Amino acid sequence: MALDIFKETGVPLEKQEFDWRDLVREPISKLDDDAFTRVRVILMNGIENESWTFQHQFHRMNEALRLPLARVRRAEQHQQTVVNWLLPADQSVLETTIAYEQVAVEVTASLAQNEVDPYVKQVLDFGLLEDFDHLYRYSALLDRLEGKDANNILQSYTDVAPGRPTKEEHRDPFDDLREHYDHKRAAPITKINALTIVAAEQQTRNYYATVGNVYADPIARQLYAEISSIEEQHVTQYGSLIDPRETWLEKWLLHEVTEVYNYFGCMQQETNPRIKAIWERFVQYELGHLHVVMDLFRRVENRDPAEVLPATLPETISFKSQRDYVRNILETQVDLRPIGTQFVDKSQVPSSSPSHAYRARVNREGSPSELVSAGYRYIPGTELLDRARVLRGANGHGSRGRVQA
Amino acid sequence: MKQASGTGKNATGIGMSPIDSKKLIEYALRALPSAGSEHAMEEVREAFTLDTGVIGSVPPPSSLKGMAKMALDAVKGNKATIFIDKLGERAAFERTGTRLYEAMLAKYDALGSYDGGPTRERLEEIRDEELEHLGIVNEAILALGGDPTVMTPGADIVGVQGIGLVQVLTDPRTTMDQCLSSLLVAELTDNDGWELLANLAEAMGHTEMAQAFREALDAEETHLDDVRRWIVATVGEAASLTSSGSEASPA
Repeated sequence: MALDIFKETGVPLEKQEFDWRDLVREPISKLDDDAFTRVRVILMNGIENESWTFQHQFHRMNEALRLPLARVRRAEQHQQTVVNWLLPADQSVLETTIAYEQVAVEVTASLAQNEVDPYVKQVLDFGLLEDFDHLYRYSALLDRLEGKDANNILQSYTDVAPGRPTKEEHRDPFDDLREHYDHKRAAPITKINALTIVAAEQQTRNYYATVGNVYADPIARQLYAEISSIEEQHVTQYGSLIDPRETWLEKWLLHEVTEVYNYFGCMQQETNPRIKAIWERFVQYELGHLHVVMDLFRRVENRDPAEVLPATLPETISFKSQRDYVRNILETQVDLRPIGTQFVDKSQVPSSSPSHAYRARVNREGSPSELVSAGYRYIPGTELLDRARVLRGANGHGSRGRVQA
Repeated sequence: MKQASGTGKNATGIGMSPIDSKKLIEYALRALPSAGSEHAMEEVREAFTLDTGVIGSVPPPSSLKGMAKMALDAVKGNKATIFIDKLGERAAFERTGTRLYEAMLAKYDALGSYDGGPTRERLEEIRDEELEHLGIVNEAILALGGDPTVMTPGADIVGVQGIGLVQVLTDPRTTMDQCLSSLLVAELTDNDGWELLANLAEAMGHTEMAQAFREALDAEETHLDDVRRWIVATVGEAASLTSSGSEASPA
């Protein structure tokens, strides 16, 4: 099913109405909904927050467009609330964190496979292995702090194993910047991918930066501090892919088409009919926003939106397990490290690299990510279940033997 | 020993700011309150409760053996689903319970004990018994053809409840008595949980299983007695400090 973004004008902005009851719907079920429904909710929350943030920066830099920006932004605000409030309250902060890392792994892997620019694909693959490692570290924390199994959230779609070790991911900012695409030559999917991943990673950074103080446990607080810092590096990395020479209106147009593209992908693949109806509605809302901005683009910049927008929407994110792809990247690229904007094998990084000094400094009192996962291997039902089996076996299953029905 | 009850600069009470609090109270009394009453919130909660589904479900057994057992229990009019839910709940509780006692051991190592307080050996023993009880539930779920890795709705709910306990036990600022009061909450709940589970197993004709659960209950009753005794002893120690005029000092 194709979507003609030039012909489909969606719901006009003035008809995009909400009330408080509408904003607060029944959340998804942590236990019964498919993990990819949760992945989509988390991704779209990030996409909405990026649009909101961008539009705030824009209106502080542009007198003439303040009102249309404020009007569109109000709708984005309420869409974000509808989406983010779909996460249920019985999902602990740490369980939600596991879900955030699942988004990072599965969505990044899908974006990388859709990417046509080999350098941008390389950047995505590089970041993928770091988020993959975060999932392993947080899974250890969930098991060892709350006694819970990360796979209750992951539903076996995503592997839990070490990636590029988090303690080695800390880099000097010099090694986090990447080359940006050329906005006149890059394919629309490259621009959409860059905005999608920067939105997802920014949301992750903001989430960890906000909730890292929720836990009392000093290891948990340190782990969030450490991984939040890496997510800041990722936002720097992915943000630097975007061409700074794009005009503000051009960027706004790209934000709106990114929203249409992602809601459309969610709508096509959603398995929960109640949630699918929300994605359908917001595809129409975002088309409404896109056409507002297309009109402004024509009038203010005297340019044709077709210069920037794709004639048809590119292939959407594939919301399914990317296990084979991830394992392949892990096997072949785990030892890559950046020198400035380029990637090399870690053996080629000179000892004078500013990242060596940076890492030595931040890790000098030890690494929380190493500490929390010392000796940890994922075991279904938590590592405690394994210990319990061993203990029962050693005790001859107590005085009456193995429990029978 | 680290004590929470030392005198300090606690700023939360209205009496700490006699001048500002007077202004606060006078102004609040002069302002017109919003229309209606606090019952309005009850109505909203009621409406949402009626409109909303449940947290989640208990999955069907994943093995043929489990399906056969569940069908048999259904024929007997027994609520196999409730039983599986409660087993999952107990397993989740014992997992968190083990982690709570691990955190308690770290607390003990940092702060030490006191007259009539826990010993390290006893805390380790309780931790191991929580783990063993997890093993018992695991065997029971497997014997019924269930999947012990499932988070049932009951397991989910005790997870939500347990977060507060985990927070108290893992907070570096908490004292032995504060941690013990959290363990008391856990042990009280756990005792009732095992009793319910044993009765349920009995009612469903799983006699062997019920006996294993009663043995676990016996151990849990001892845990409860110990925690209660340790809490009483903390008060005793605090009282003796007060009577000798000593101020509590950080450990």
